[in-house]
Amino acid sequence: MTPRWEPIVGRYLHLELSGRPHRLYVEEAGQGIPLICLHTAGADGRQFRHILTDAAITQHYRVIVFDMPWHGKSLPPEGFEREEYQLTTQKYTQMVLDVADAMALEAPVVMGCSIGGRIVLNLAAEHPTRFRALIGLESADYQQPWYDTEWLHRPDVHGGEVCAALVSGMMAPHSPAVSRHETLWMYKSGGPGVFKGDLHFYRIDGDLRDVVARIDTTKCPLYMLTGEYDFSCTPEDTLRTAAKIKGAEVTIMAKLGHFPMSENPSQFRAYILPVLEKIRTASGTRG
Amino acid sequence: MASPVDSKASAVEARVADRFAHLGELAAADDDLARRGRFLDADVEIRVGSIPLGIAIRAGRVVSVTRGPFLLKSSTFTIRAEADAWERFLEPFPVPGFHDLMAMTKAGMARVEGNLTPFMGNLQYIKDLIALPRGKNGSGGRA
Repeated sequence: MTPRWEPIVGRYLHLELSGRPHRLYVEEAGQGIPLICLHTAGADGRQFRHILTDAAITQHYRVIVFDMPWHGKSLPPEGFEREEYQLTTQKYTQMVLDVADAMALEAPVVMGCSIGGRIVLNLAAEHPTRFRALIGLESADYQQPWYDTEWLHRPDVHGGEVCAALVSGMMAPHSPAVSRHETLWMYKSGGPGVFKGDLHFYRIDGDLRDVVARIDTTKCPLYMLTGEYDFSCTPEDTLRTAAKIKGAEVTIMAKLGHFPMSENPSQFRAYILPVLEKIRTASGTRG
Repeated sequence: MASPVDSKASAVEARVADRFAHLGELAAADDDLARRGRFLDADVEIRVGSIPLGIAIRAGRVVSVTRGPFLLKSSTFTIRAEADAWERFLEPFPVPGFHDLMAMTKAGMARVEGNLTPFMGNLQYIKDLIALPRGKNGSGGRA
């Protein structure tokens, strides 16, 4: 094959998060409206590589993807070896704001999946004027747990293998094998206890059932897209959440599961391009 | 001779049990599955409604599939669901909710009981094994 480069640029951003110095890996491509993409629990920014390389998106959007601390190429903070990683609503919310500030982004769009889909609901409730629009993929204010997270980090079960095996069924059976396995590889290669630590936010700390009714979509439009095969954040979970938010726009995506952007990029593209176009068009008419 | 359990088995139970009865041949045709399960020795019971099936796995290879009833036979773990649910699970491209064993357990349509450490330690192998009757044209919940 002919060698070729992708237009993605990756760099390390040094900044303070939750009062501690961090070295964050950030990839970006494109120009225009800043679009911050938030990866799922236990994975990393590689999930958005097809968004970063889609010219139809990058001609209008500056796509920004960072690996959260402890994930991908972002190291844990100094002293991590003596603590248990646990993501919280407060830390996660502030992390998004701090990254946007550190990069001097003006009114970015944030698109988050799974835990990222959960945190955009909190951003919508708490900081609507900071964002141009928010997109929740596999997003709901709460989901029913379906396994004991103690299985994710213990010496007698391989953490990477069990994390991947648990989430493998959250993808649609129609998704291409190459994309499903690529998605699972990120789970297989995550650090010990990191997926479990993310789920502390998802299951324990981040119950937003009493928060989402405060969301005012006239201040910041909210789009929610959920795959029909996602049994973790089900279409019913998303619809139930959206019913409490006046003006939230919901799309249930056929033949997709919990990882739309990475499990079947071309299928997801058909759903996300119109949303991004709508945000861009509305932006053009803003004050 | 039909067993007492068999005589009560419904047509759909018998149909699904017959599909699982071929797990040995299906697994034997998949060398990579055996590689991935090479550390697993387990006696897995799959319950199709009232029909118990014993799947003996040694070093990741299915060495026997036997149909119950079993008398005082222990198993490492048991995976149970009603035949209707299994039949929908075994479609080449199952509808949402029936496409994955864990989706079915979350919805209360399947149960896994027994020693769950070897089950969780070999979860993808187990999920892929029980999805084999879907056939090569179905990708189902297989990783």
